[in-house]
Amino acid sequence: MSEQETMNEIKTVSAQETVTEPEAVSTQNTSAEPEKGNETERILKFQIFRYNPRKKGDKPRMVTYEITEAPGMTIFIALNEIREQQDPSIQFDFVCRAGICGSCAMVVNGSPTLACRTLTSKFPDGEIKLLPLPGFELIGDLSVNTGKFMRAMSERVESWIHDQDADKVNYDKLEERMDPDVAEQIYELERCVECGCCVSACATKRMRPDFLSAVGFIRLARYALDPRDKRSDEEFYEILGDDDGVFGCMTLLGCEDYCPKDLPHQTQIAYLRRKMLKVK
Amino acid sequence: MDSYIIESNKKKSRMPARLDFAQSGTGLILGLFMWVHMLLVGSIVLGPGAFNFVAKNMELAFLSDTGHGFPIAVFFAVLTIFTLFIVHALLGVRKFPISWKQHRILRDQMQMMNHTDTNLWYVQVVTGFIMFFAGSVHLYVMLTNPGNIDPYLSADRVVSSHMWPLYLVLLVCVELHASIGLYRLCMKWGWFAGKDAKKSREMLKKIKNRATVFFLALGALALLVFIVIGFNHRDKVGERYEKTGTVTQQGFDGSGARNADGIHE
Repeated sequence: MSEQETMNEIKTVSAQETVTEPEAVSTQNTSAEPEKGNETERILKFQIFRYNPRKKGDKPRMVTYEITEAPGMTIFIALNEIREQQDPSIQFDFVCRAGICGSCAMVVNGSPTLACRTLTSKFPDGEIKLLPLPGFELIGDLSVNTGKFMRAMSERVESWIHDQDADKVNYDKLEERMDPDVAEQIYELERCVECGCCVSACATKRMRPDFLSAVGFIRLARYALDPRDKRSDEEFYEILGDDDGVFGCMTLLGCEDYCPKDLPHQTQIAYLRRKMLKVK
Repeated sequence: MDSYIIESNKKKSRMPARLDFAQSGTGLILGLFMWVHMLLVGSIVLGPGAFNFVAKNMELAFLSDTGHGFPIAVFFAVLTIFTLFIVHALLGVRKFPISWKQHRILRDQMQMMNHTDTNLWYVQVVTGFIMFFAGSVHLYVMLTNPGNIDPYLSADRVVSSHMWPLYLVLLVCVELHASIGLYRLCMKWGWFAGKDAKKSREMLKKIKNRATVFFLALGALALLVFIVIGFNHRDKVGERYEKTGTVTQQGFDGSGARNADGIHE
């Protein structure tokens, strides 16, 4: 919704400036034919982290690229333009371009977020600094190996329904109904796209690499809510009940504030903490 | 040496849960105590009489026939707080960035995100560390002087015993640490989350900010009043405040028996 509002804002500004600065526009248009009709364009300055750990002798550095802003441009679009027009060697990840796959997470001007959901118009001075997500293995430039991390997390929290009677399911019978409210709560937590922003935004996780972190907590909270998962609180305690688990969380709330999907990390971690405290 | 190997291969210890709860519990008691403490100390702003009234009631003077109270009650109260303080510090230090690497990462994270709640945690680390020392000095002085909480004797301590720099540092550290800590406790355990946790967080943060400003202002004002009283009283160090206007002299170390002219009490 906020993106839509920002988009509308761009259109408004563009229209206003067309009226107020006709001379400037006409001068610009005579020198640059392709920019016709785009009076609000500005030059964006991207400072991008470059380093390929697989390339012998390569050194980590920040490289500056300049591109012309287009209406509705996202960081993802800008990166593609840089790669296509200026530097084909630049590495970054993307799949869906719509905030669904979680691949394009990176640090944009200090905030871990999704490049495809970040409009360049958010940055009034036009200066954008891009870093890879900290806390993950660096593949190269802005690309990190979140997949390896997420797989290890899934195995650690045993991210599947645990039911000893699962093999005895009668397929001729309808599945037991679930309370719609519970289903909705589970669905809410299922919205996690495993982008890794919560991991990078968590100083606890960064200081203590074995800390499970918010993505693991929200996954466990999802299974703890699910009536089909027959794990007892004692069993959940075996995964969560130490300083690498929920009792190591220092409630810095980076996960809550930087989650691009606005997941309720704070309330879910509090829920798990209360639940685990009661385990005898 | 075999105990940890055996323990770590059994089911997970419940101790981390207990320790986390104990850290929160001691923090909650200490945080609320500090707010009440500040309100009581702040009574000096209303005048030495008001402070004396509060101090005497804290000594349970209303229960004694002579009206002098029981300083031993203050002693035990301070001992309880001192114990909680040490336990809380012990539990809190587990979370500190203890190596250079951890500290470097934390500072880098803070610089990268400039995220309020992460920065507030660092404020708690720094103020907590300062309080290990400043808080211990204050608590030890109170533990050894339970009967000497009096508008003039306290003011003498502030000025003539040169305690004001310590109290100034302690004031800033305590008020920041307590209000941030109480806010974090609500977040940590999901208290007052209501139907809209995000809205409730905003509200709690607002309350936290206001409480910090209020208690810092009250504390600074109280300290200023103590400094003025102590400065005016510097020629009569050790003289107690008397409601009737007469004064008795007492040894500054708190021993009521040691007086200058034998007219004490």
